[in-house]
Amino acid sequence: MKIALLGMGSVGRGVLEMIAAKDLGITVTGIADSKSGVIDPDGINPARILKAKKKTGLCGNKKISAADVVSKADYDALVEVTPTNATTGEPGLGYIRQALKRKKHVVTSNKGPIALAYKELKTLAAKNGVELRHEATVGGAIPIFHTLEHGLAGNEILAIFGVLNGTCNYILTRMSDEGLTYEQALLEARELGYAEADPTYDVQGIDAAIKLVILANTIWGNGVSLKDVNRTGIDLLTPDALRLAEEEDCTIRLIAEAIPKKGLLRVSPRIIEKNHPLVVDGTLNAITLETDMAKEITLIGKGAGSLETASAIIGDLLFIRDRYVKRP
Amino acid sequence: MIVLQVSMKLEMKDAPGQLVAALKPISEVGGNIIAVIHQRDPDSCDDTLNVQIVLELKEGRLDDLVALLKKQGVHIQRIGKERLLYRRTVIMIGHLMHTDLSDTVDRIDSTGFAEVSELSMSMPAVSERSSSRLTIKSVTRDDMERAVSILRTVAREKNLLLIEPMEEIA
Repeated sequence: MKIALLGMGSVGRGVLEMIAAKDLGITVTGIADSKSGVIDPDGINPARILKAKKKTGLCGNKKISAADVVSKADYDALVEVTPTNATTGEPGLGYIRQALKRKKHVVTSNKGPIALAYKELKTLAAKNGVELRHEATVGGAIPIFHTLEHGLAGNEILAIFGVLNGTCNYILTRMSDEGLTYEQALLEARELGYAEADPTYDVQGIDAAIKLVILANTIWGNGVSLKDVNRTGIDLLTPDALRLAEEEDCTIRLIAEAIPKKGLLRVSPRIIEKNHPLVVDGTLNAITLETDMAKEITLIGKGAGSLETASAIIGDLLFIRDRYVKRP
Repeated sequence: MIVLQVSMKLEMKDAPGQLVAALKPISEVGGNIIAVIHQRDPDSCDDTLNVQIVLELKEGRLDDLVALLKKQGVHIQRIGKERLLYRRTVIMIGHLMHTDLSDTVDRIDSTGFAEVSELSMSMPAVSERSSSRLTIKSVTRDDMERAVSILRTVAREKNLLLIEPMEEIA
């Protein structure tokens, strides 16, 4: 199976490392970062590109752009792992459209395009007889979409509850365990690389809300968007509030929930019993699905990280390979 | 409609069919059995069986139940009842004193269907936001939903952060 890769951040590098290290039957024929690109129909050596990227900051030739790789390289599936833009979805959205129109499968970790244009992209993929898969957009390594699509096939999904943002969960875990203030826990999260310099996107629940939108659209096809989510962040929480919850054997976690029957789509800090399956520590993510036949199922796993996200992407790629592409 | 939680200690003959005879009247009066606890004393050579039953029942049907049980020959040793209360705990963060805490509590208490039964508060400094935990009690689940909805409105008006509990996954 031939793939082209867009994006050489931590996720893109993780995918290349694993393709280099494992015998997955995947050949890379195109790679681009934001400034350069490389195309080789005979296959690119991933280890060599990783080395070059580390040394020069570039993966290839400055004259070759990501758009060139999308439109000219010879591949079965495009792996689109460029940075998320939650407002426009670009540049990822344009690349995905273009690849689908070329009848190429697309695997992405990019939340922007999926949250903004899921229905359009899915329709475009179906029209061209290819797959659009986005396991890596929600819950990191947790195979939530594979679980929904295959393991729980035939179930009606009645509700979803999730801890979908590792940064918030880390901050709340530290506030709860050590009595830190929100500011102290945030500083610590930054030092450990769990929080961005501008943490707004995480702590105000925007990231969790985008993932909830992706879940809702994928499961129910209800066309909801970020503005439909009733959203409250964690930035106004006090250590006292966590202590008051603790006195009742509870804690506080940022919970994303969707219950279509109640018209509920909400991200908010909630009081939750400490022995509840969604109470996970640190940067872990957790998702509980409530279904008609299987009843409740909770999945817990690493919500971010280079190899963890690569796991989700490679899972999607191998699914496509087994279904559509013959092994060489 | 007020629902009671009734706890009864019954004494009956330790013979086949006796327990069923004691439980049947409960469904006849529309009661909902929550627990049946046998208390057979292993040392007893007595041929009586003691059973403790916890059930939910609409107020007003209790007398009917007692009459039916007596008719079945079941002896009621003890009976306890209380209004079944729904309890929900929320946390509020913000300038609680400056925004008239007693008014916040009163907005619930004045409904007649729900009340704030516990209030824990912590105030780090006069100018800082304080945190409080409120336990609300109500007679029915719908009343609880209404009470929490009132609190949401109050929180919006007074710019307080309201943290609600996870609803049970039903």
